[in-house]
Amino acid sequence: MIVHLVYNLLQVAVVMAFAPLLAGVTNRLKEIVQSKRGASIIQPYRDIWKLFHKNEVISDQSSWIFRFTPYVVFIVPLFVTLLIPVLTSYPLFFAFMGDMLGGGFVLALGGFFFTLAAVDTANPYGAMGASRTRLVGFLAEPVFMIVFFTVSFVAGSTIPYIVQQAWVQPLSNFFEPAHVLVMLAFFILILAEGGRIPVDNPSGHFELAMIDESKGLEFSGPAAALMKWGGEMKLFVLICIFLNVLVTPWGLAASTTFSNVLLAIPLVLLKILIFVLVLVAVESSLAKLRLFRISEFLGVAFITSVAAMIMSLFAG
Amino acid sequence: MAGESFLYQFNALAGGFFLLCTFGMVATRQVQGCLRFFVLQSLFLAASAFVLGLRPLSWHLLAVAAINVVNKPILIPWLLRRTIPEEVHTRREITQVLNIPASLLIALGIAVGAYFLTLPWVSLAGTSYAGVNIPIGLAALLLGAFTLTVRREAVPQLLGLMAMENGAFFTSIAIAPELHLFVELVVAFDVLIAVFVIGVLTTAIHEHIGTTEVGSLAVLREESSR
Repeated sequence: MIVHLVYNLLQVAVVMAFAPLLAGVTNRLKEIVQSKRGASIIQPYRDIWKLFHKNEVISDQSSWIFRFTPYVVFIVPLFVTLLIPVLTSYPLFFAFMGDMLGGGFVLALGGFFFTLAAVDTANPYGAMGASRTRLVGFLAEPVFMIVFFTVSFVAGSTIPYIVQQAWVQPLSNFFEPAHVLVMLAFFILILAEGGRIPVDNPSGHFELAMIDESKGLEFSGPAAALMKWGGEMKLFVLICIFLNVLVTPWGLAASTTFSNVLLAIPLVLLKILIFVLVLVAVESSLAKLRLFRISEFLGVAFITSVAAMIMSLFAG
Repeated sequence: MAGESFLYQFNALAGGFFLLCTFGMVATRQVQGCLRFFVLQSLFLAASAFVLGLRPLSWHLLAVAAINVVNKPILIPWLLRRTIPEEVHTRREITQVLNIPASLLIALGIAVGAYFLTLPWVSLAGTSYAGVNIPIGLAALLLGAFTLTVRREAVPQLLGLMAMENGAFFTSIAIAPELHLFVELVVAFDVLIAVFVIGVLTTAIHEHIGTTEVGSLAVLREESSR
């Protein structure tokens, strides 16, 4: 039991340590595709380090929400990490504390505080970004729900550790239409929730066009570092849910020996690298959608997930 | 048997993508994109026919797959390109009858309805593949009809008609695998002729009134007597 607790905390450490690397690698690959040289892949670490050593400016017009938010945004992905499989394919200490729906709600709490804090300082761009994030959020919400429903129809559970086994036992289940369509729908969701290109441009700093970026403009110093780190961890956690729960549990440690769990770290990072390559290909080949076309883009995800659900329901 | 379950899942997967392509035809604005979805849909139909023909081995179904691969993804786009001017292909539909999210929601309702409608037929058909092919085929048929009603451009309307044909085919390969090859060939040529006739008609309309937005040709306007 104690070893399960240790591995659970190890997962949190892995997410904290490698989330900035994910951002760095993604940015570097995108720059290479655009035939630029790009910043080093450890640039996000340097940014966070630098921000932690800067002074913080807080508007005296802001409320406690503004001071509290960076901690919430930072902690929330770590809580979700306790619930999901990052390194192991067997349930760990906190695995049954919450299912995928619970994890989704915990992540939504971070988004909720982020939105409030953006409105709090009365910066016009903050409120604009906040309302746009809500627009994307409420279009993505039904897709999340239906993906979870489909998963529970197929696996009979929404505990991530149980779900991941259902896709590969027997192996032909991997090609089940519900599985493939759910993967497609969740991939679109990651693009939307992670502020990736067809929905939002993560590297664009043009005030009128940005969605996610404009919410954090007022944060400085350590608060900005926590927000940045938290955002990177959120993307890392979403990708872990996608790859380890919805795609396959391949590459995860199946036994409790320490060496096996350590070996899982590079394997999981390799999976994430493959995902990042796909992400970069998508981001480099699509143009950012106009704001009111986002509903059509997420409509596709909705259709896909509902198709997955009816196919799994009536498969009998 | 392991191989059987793999084949079943591959067929179901082809069915899932077939359904998605049909939704894509309802939702895309560009004529070109609609044509691309139709080609993909036909390829998934061919894939399903191929999988169904493998076990038990049925030359009819393999021939159906081959006919589909040649006919729809290659001959029909070629024929459309030959008969209809390039300008029509690059056209974009700005004014739909319904906006895209609304028509997608209705399309979704149609698909779910198709599943409920075919529930009693599936148990009658008896084969395990029927559970996938009958409802999805019917859904594609109804969605094709829906495309016909909501689209205003001529070419997407034609493709809606073709999608209905694809849907009917998708059902028939599961419930009547031993249909005579002659019938399949006749249907394939019929489709080609339909495409050709509608293509020529579209060109004539395009020359006469300068647009292919046939959906707005609802009011009869008498020519003034000279």
